[in-house]
This record gives sequence, structure tokens and C-alpha cells, in this order.
Amino acid sequence: MAESSVQQAHVHAPPEGFIRKYIFSLDHKVIGKQYYGLALVAVFTGMILSWLMRIHMVWPNAKIPGLELLSKVGAPGGVMTPEYYLSLLTMHGTLMVFFVLTNAPFAAFGNYFLPIQIGAEDMAFPRFNMMSFWVTFIAWVVLMLAFVIPDGPPIAGWTEYTPLSAVGKDAGPGMQWGASLWGLSIAIFCIGSLLGALNFIATTLDLRAKGMTLMRMPICTWAWFITSCIALLAFAVLLPACILLILDRHAGTSFFIPSGLVISDRLQPHSGGSPLLWQHLFWFFGHPEVYIAILPSMGIVSHILINSMRKPLLSAKVIIYSMMSIGFLSYMVWGHHMFLSGMNPMSALAFSFPTLTITIPATIMTLIWLGSLYGADIKINSASLFALGFISMFVAGGVSGFFLAQPSIDIYLHATYFVVGHFHMVMGVASLFGVFAGTYFWFPKMTGRYMNETLGKLHFWITFLGAYCIFMPFHYLGLIGNVRRYQSFVDDYMAPYLSWHQFITIAALITGAAQFIFLFNLIYSRFKGAPAPENPWNATSLEWSIPSPPPWNNFGGRHPVVYHDPYQYGVKGSKGDFVMQDSPEALASGD
Amino acid sequence: MSTVASTASSHAPNLNSAGGAERASRSGIWVGLFAITMSFAAFSSALFVREGTPDWGHLVLPSILYLNTLVLLLSSGTLEFSRRLLARGTPAASTSAAGGIGWLLCTLALGIAFCCGQYMAWQNLRAQGIYLATNPNSSFFYVLTFIHVLHLVAGILALLYLTARLVFRPGAFRRSLFDNTAIYWHFLSVLWIYLFLLCRMKL
Repeated sequence: MAESSVQQAHVHAPPEGFIRKYIFSLDHKVIGKQYYGLALVAVFTGMILSWLMRIHMVWPNAKIPGLELLSKVGAPGGVMTPEYYLSLLTMHGTLMVFFVLTNAPFAAFGNYFLPIQIGAEDMAFPRFNMMSFWVTFIAWVVLMLAFVIPDGPPIAGWTEYTPLSAVGKDAGPGMQWGASLWGLSIAIFCIGSLLGALNFIATTLDLRAKGMTLMRMPICTWAWFITSCIALLAFAVLLPACILLILDRHAGTSFFIPSGLVISDRLQPHSGGSPLLWQHLFWFFGHPEVYIAILPSMGIVSHILINSMRKPLLSAKVIIYSMMSIGFLSYMVWGHHMFLSGMNPMSALAFSFPTLTITIPATIMTLIWLGSLYGADIKINSASLFALGFISMFVAGGVSGFFLAQPSIDIYLHATYFVVGHFHMVMGVASLFGVFAGTYFWFPKMTGRYMNETLGKLHFWITFLGAYCIFMPFHYLGLIGNVRRYQSFVDDYMAPYLSWHQFITIAALITGAAQFIFLFNLIYSRFKGAPAPENPWNATSLEWSIPSPPPWNNFGGRHPVVYHDPYQYGVKGSKGDFVMQDSPEALASGD
Repeated sequence: MSTVASTASSHAPNLNSAGGAERASRSGIWVGLFAITMSFAAFSSALFVREGTPDWGHLVLPSILYLNTLVLLLSSGTLEFSRRLLARGTPAASTSAAGGIGWLLCTLALGIAFCCGQYMAWQNLRAQGIYLATNPNSSFFYVLTFIHVLHLVAGILALLYLTARLVFRPGAFRRSLFDNTAIYWHFLSVLWIYLFLLCRMKL
């Protein structure tokens, strides 16, 4: 029985019909593009929300045309209420962290390129893969429903801190049904992400082509693999947390709600719960989530820089080991988000130490990138510019982490704009720069056409300078004592710094507008871009050995065999200064 | 560049070999079990945090849980009998296959009996006026047992699918799928023992 049941490699039949090809597709490339599309919709939604918040913050009485259509209660006559500011803040954070920073660098690019880079014809479980996207899509729909229900979106922020997030309508607008939709959406999102992570891990372990040993995998494949291990553990903890939150909200349990809690003059009918418990569970997910966002971009950027420099990094292995140690340490640092939440001060010390330790592998990686760039003749194009921009953002945003990691300094900086500046640069913008770099780099493979370089460079320079104009002043405002989550500063002690905020708002409007250049470039180049050959960047990894765009089964039925490490640049090969991974030609020793 | 020409390692895994997909399913099931373990670790740590609060009481567990434990352990045994018999020959052609299907049906019956038993345990508590929100102990009891049963229902559906395959399309029987389902089922038995001990000692 066993012999007759042996399956050939799991490949599914070629897709037929519109629905199987483009909607409920089993093809990892289509699923990757679906994730990218969802992330694109989410990122523009999130960005427009940030525009609305920034405008309201500096011109609190401004009538924003059309805003009353979004919410009559939240924006009567087009003027945002303070509570609605918090609603938009919550939705901005949730969309960006979950649906953009998790989906774009990890799920989108990982889905598209991980199987190709290891020489597989598809993911290990194509049906699970399809489910993971559609489950994520449902999570997005559920979240967006919060905009249309009368209650509006929740006001608790993307971290949904209990007890306010657990008690229902007494906690304010959006907290009756909006917060429930949030909890449901994130629980569903966890299921989608777990399915995706499981697929990535099994595929990487078992579907590698002949000769593709683990250490021959490209750095970005490693990054997606390590990220999927992190995601598996992180989302497996957030899911139970969301279940307990939903039970507290709707089943009357008291996991997170303490005794004797009075909110809006009403004694809450709960007893004995621990609000800190939510923070522990949430940040046990939340800090690794930071690395789920940034590691894939680190991998993508390394992959692109090596290609642009035409030489390997000082040590690709050390980059991989550093990513592993970051992944491991990411589970020991969650308490640094809770220094001021009433934890035992000794545990603050215990969380501070690994947090500072995590800067070591991060610094090693940065030094390897910079050391490799030293003296390199780097080819400047949109992809490599964004890769360089990533390093800049990662360093500039990461340095402030040294300060925040120390409990005594964090007492002053906690919940100020210093923190907002820190995580936006190091996690948000840096990770998105990795996504932009990956898009410019892989677009020719995905579509068979180049993206427009002039528009790409324009997009880079406005975004790069704009991001600094927006987020660097945040650090100074934080040092001054500007607390976060406040909707307006006009009548407050911050009034002297209103002009700073106005500057930031204008920078945000310009930088945001530049993203439409990218969107235009993406759509225009898809149809009118200059045709690109199979291997336009003279790159070495397997994705460049197949036609652009790749056929449904990637290698057209061919079974690639891998002979070399992933980055054989600066050698004498038959095609130029590189030898592809699947090329059987020998490399000259001592070249 | 000092790299010397290297060849494709003969030890490297190979997509093109017939076993690639099977190995992937085996990895997949272990990775999945790891995630489930992590989820229950999260529930457990929530319980450990919550037990330190003043309103933590004591829950007398319904005695039917002992019987349920026995039923689930037996189901693991019958599934193992089934797995071993089915491994001997092709389903279409042997008496061992008929025996295998028989033990599989026993497993299904025991699995369903376990779920019914858990339902009776909940009913027993409800009859005493102990509901989900009555106290933190009962909250954890209902949550842990319900989510465990939810996982077991997935196992029952997988066994039903396998039984249908064996009976109606024996030629398409996939042993690896059967083995993976068995690993999942045994895992749920072990998980239940852990949960039962946890409830017994902490609730």
C-alpha cells in the first residue's frame, strides 16, 4: 500500500479558469501578489489615516472635506473629535503593523520568492497557502468593518491595553463593537499567519532542490525562514490572548479586568483579573513582531546590496547567525515595553539586559553591511538606493533603542514622541524601504518589465528626506516631553512647539504624496515598462534562471541542481563576473 | 573569490525525489504541533498569573473526566492497532486491512465518546450552577477543555476522511497522511493528560 501511495512531488495541475488562476489560486506566486496587493491597499489606507491625524493635530478646527462621510459622529461637519483621532490612530497602527509590515516583506515576497529561490515548484501545502491569504483577507474585512458600524473603530490603540479594551462601551466610542471587531480580526489574522509560517518552514526544510544545502540558501530565504519560525511562536501566543480578550468582553469572564474597577462612573461587574497579563501576552507576541517586520527586509537588502556591489558580503554566514540570534533574543525582551506598567523593578533589569544584548547582533549586521560597502563600486539604481536607505533608517532609528532599553532613561522617555520616532524609523520606515527595494529589484522578474528608474529615484529621494523630516523631530519633541496619543497641543504646554508639528505635518503630506509616484510607477510599468530580460541584474540566485514572469510551475518541469553558494560575484564565469547557483561550471580557485 | 568548485551534495534534500512532499507533510505536522503546544503554553501561563489573585478558588472536577481520560487513551491504542495493521498490506487485498478499518472505526467511536463525555462534564458543572464566568477557575476549565475538544474534532474529521478513503477509494490511500493524523491524535491524548493534571492540581 505504501509504495502505491507514494506521491510525486506535490505539484498541482496547471490552473484553469479565471477564478483558479487569479482568485482562489494555489500558485504561490499569485498568492504572493495577493498579499502584496492587500498590503498596498492597507498601506495607503494607513497613510491617509496618518494624514488626517496630522492635519487635525496642528489645525484641530480644520474642516476636512469628506471626513463626515466616514463618520458623522466622529467628524461632525468634517471636524474630527478627539475620540475619533484615537480611533484613526488605532486603525493606522493595526493596519500598518499587521496588514503591511507583516504582509508585505514576509508573506508577499516570501511567498513569491522563497520556493523559487530553493528550487521548489510550489509551497509544501498549496491549499493551506491559499487559505492563509484568504483568512488574512477576511481578517482585513472584519477590521475595516469597524469604519462602517455606528460605533466606529476602537480608541484603545493598536496594543488594545486592558482593562479599557475589555470592558465594552463604558470605555468610550468604538469600544462596544469596534474593539470586538478588532479582537476578532486579529484572532483571524493569527490563524492566517500560523498557516503561512507552517508552510514556509516545511517548504524550506523539505522542498529544497538537489544541492541546495541550508547554507547555500540566499540570505533573504534565510530571513524568511527565521521569520516564519518567529511568527509561528508569536502568533500562537497572540491567538489565545485574543480569545481571552473576546471572552472578557462578551462572556463575562475576568481574565484581564480587576476587581472594583469604575469606568464612566460605573462599577464593572468583574473581579480579580490582571490587566498586566494582557500586556505580557501581547508583548510576548509584540516584540517578536518587530523582528517579523524587519528581518525579511534585512534579508532582501543584503540580497540586493550584494548584487549591486558585485561582490559577496564580508560574511554572509555571520549575517545569518546574527538573524538567528536576533530571533532567539526577541523572545526574552518583551518586558521592555512594560518598564512603567507596574512590574517588579527587578524584572525591568532582567528585560533590559537581553534588550541591550540584542543590539550586538544588530550592530554586527550593520558593520558587515558598511564594511562590505567600503570601497565597493556600487551600482546606484532605485533598488540599491532603497537598500542603502534601509541601512540609514535602521541605524538612525535603532540608535535611540539604546536609550529606551534602559529602565531609568525610559522612565522619562516612555510614552513620548521619542518612542514614536524610534519605532517608526527602525520598524516602519526601514522595513518599508526593504519592501520598496525588493519591489524595484524583483519587479522585472514578476512582470517581465522594468520599473521606471527616474520615477524610482524621485520616489526614493522624497521618501528618504521626507522620512527624516518627519521622524527625526519626533525624537527631539519626545526629549522635550511631548507625550504621544494626544490629539492636539494648541492650548497646552506644547503650544510653543506647534510650529514643529506643523513642519512635520507638511513633510508628511509631501512624503505621502510621493508614494503616489510609486503607485503610478507600479501600474504604469506593469503595462508600459521597458521589457526586461530573464536576468536583468546579472544575479546568481535561482529566481533569475527562469523566464520573467515565471511559468506556473516555476522551472517548467525542469529540476534545478545547485552547485554553488548563492553569491558567486566577482568571479570569471561564462556569462560575465558571476556564476549562477545552478551553473555546473567550476569556479577558478584563488580568483 | 577563493571558492573552489563544489558539486551538488548527495546528502542534500531533493524536491524531485518521491519523498519530498511526504517529508514536508511530516515536518508540517510537527511544526503545527509545536504551534499548538505554544498556544497551550500561553493559556497555561495565563493560568499561573491568574491563580495568584485573591478570587482564585477551587473547582471540584466532574468525576466523568477520569473515564474520559481512559477513553481517549484507549482511542490512541486502537488507532495504533489500526495503523500497524494497515501498514502490513494494501487495503484492497488483505484481511489486515479489514482489521485496520475496524480499529479505525473503534478509534472514531472512542473519539466521539470522549467529546460526549466532555460535554457531560460541562453539563455536570452547569447543573451545579458553575458557568464560564462564575469564577476564574471555571473560566479556565471551560476554555482549556473546549479548545482541546475543538482540536479533537479536527482529528475526528481527519479520521472520517481517512476512513472514507479506505472504504471507497482504497487505491488512493496515503499512508503518510494516516501516520501524520495518528501523530496528531496521540499528541492530543498527551495534551489532554497534561491539561487534566493541570486542572486537577491548579483549579
